[in-house]
Amino acid sequence: MQKQISTIQYIKRYLKRCITGPWSLICGLSVTLKYFFNPKRIVTEQYPENRKTLKMHDRYRGRLEMIEDADGNNHCTACGMCERACPNASINVLATKNIAGKKVLGRYVYHFASCTQCGLCVEACPFGAIRMSPAFEVATTDPNDLEMILNKKEGQG
Amino acid sequence: MFVPSVTHPIGDFVRDWVPRLAEYLPASIQSEDLNSVVAFLINAVICIIAVCVVNIGSAPILIYMERKVCAHVQCRLGPMRLGWHGTLQTIADVIKMLFKEVYAPSGADKLMFYLAPLIVLIAPFIVCALIPFDKNLVVADVSMGIPLIIAVNGFGVLGILLGGWSSNNKYSLLGALRSGAQMISYEISFTMILLFVVMISGSTNLMSITMGQEGTIFDWWIFKIPVLGFIAFILFFISSTAEMNRAPFDIAEAEQELTGGYHTEYNGTPFAMFYLAEYIALITNSALATTCFLGGFFPPCIGIDAVDNVLKMVPGVVWFFAKIYFMVWCYMMVRWTFVRPRVDQLMDFEWKFLLPVNLVLLVAGAAFIAIGL
Repeated sequence: MQKQISTIQYIKRYLKRCITGPWSLICGLSVTLKYFFNPKRIVTEQYPENRKTLKMHDRYRGRLEMIEDADGNNHCTACGMCERACPNASINVLATKNIAGKKVLGRYVYHFASCTQCGLCVEACPFGAIRMSPAFEVATTDPNDLEMILNKKEGQG
Repeated sequence: MFVPSVTHPIGDFVRDWVPRLAEYLPASIQSEDLNSVVAFLINAVICIIAVCVVNIGSAPILIYMERKVCAHVQCRLGPMRLGWHGTLQTIADVIKMLFKEVYAPSGADKLMFYLAPLIVLIAPFIVCALIPFDKNLVVADVSMGIPLIIAVNGFGVLGILLGGWSSNNKYSLLGALRSGAQMISYEISFTMILLFVVMISGSTNLMSITMGQEGTIFDWWIFKIPVLGFIAFILFFISSTAEMNRAPFDIAEAEQELTGGYHTEYNGTPFAMFYLAEYIALITNSALATTCFLGGFFPPCIGIDAVDNVLKMVPGVVWFFAKIYFMVWCYMMVRWTFVRPRVDQLMDFEWKFLLPVNLVLLVAGAAFIAIGL
């Protein structure tokens, strides 16, 4: 229920709205006019045409990849934290032992088909060995391509 | 024998040429009456074709423009693929719409269902015939132009109500009833503003309303009456937006609440006709605003002879269409900026704000005429 107000209050409120209403409309219109006359604000990408110059954002999460230096060495110690963190079992860390009897990474198997790119594995990794790559053209015609082994060399770390 | 004449240069040209061509006919069927009747019929056909071309031709342009304006307001690009910057997109859409199967929902009143889109189209076509596009380019130069426009605009409500009622759908009916109430309410302030224009220009003929604004930009009705003209223009803008059922007053459609309002059940060509009527109404309302406030087909002279002579070299039709499209752009910016009021707020706005302001404006205009002129 509305509170009872006197006639003078009603008229005051009415006149106040006559000023504030148009003012708020003008504020809104100024925003849209600013956007209309400024083509630099357009965020749409003309994707297949600007494919050469298109830069993906830093925060974009594409497929998982391993951080490797020029020689193909990585920081993975086969601890399996990423495997535990993965909510849908897209990662299998297969460890082996090197000559010294130390547990090292054998094969890092990544099932891209079931991965949701949540990034929890990257957060869980204690050594910063993996990251989400900015690649976004990941479609393929062969389902076998979606099962990848991320480390190129066996037995490091 | 009385034959109504069409007065424009093309009409004179036709009247000149028909007797010359008639000389080739056998002498037994040659007569003055036949010549004048044939000339009139040819002129009438030319007029009909002209109105249809202006209306139906501008609809795809307006749809394209609407999509582009909407996109740029929202930081998008709009249609870009088909043709240069998506120019052919609306044509493709129109073709797709025309080739769709037309069917009515079960339980619909078939006759009314198919009659409604036709009735909606009547009003904008008749209004377009009354608009003077240039000194000699007017199809029907009637002396009671403004009352005829007001009378004809009622067809829009009728068509929408019929469409909503005959669809046998509760959302359509709700939308139609809401929009009926809205359009009837806003017709009052629409009429009042036209009355204000008639009052200050002293004529109901659209041609003489336009001719009264000859001269510089400050002779247009929007600037000639200080402050009052501009207020009248804003009020006309608001009430014509409501008349056209465009956002922010699109409670007839209100796609977020009513799944499309009165044309929920329409598809294919009948739907295209509703859509067409909406955009032709946009053109005719912009043309009316241009004629009544923005100086019609006169160039925006600023009082400096060197500039004015250059501006006057451009034909009046070009100025008229430039002004129309400027108005259309204004309507579109308003549509994509403002939010839709609730039904009760809409009615409040009309009866508690717009109507009193209109009455005050009429009194002030009368006082201005009594004192100033």
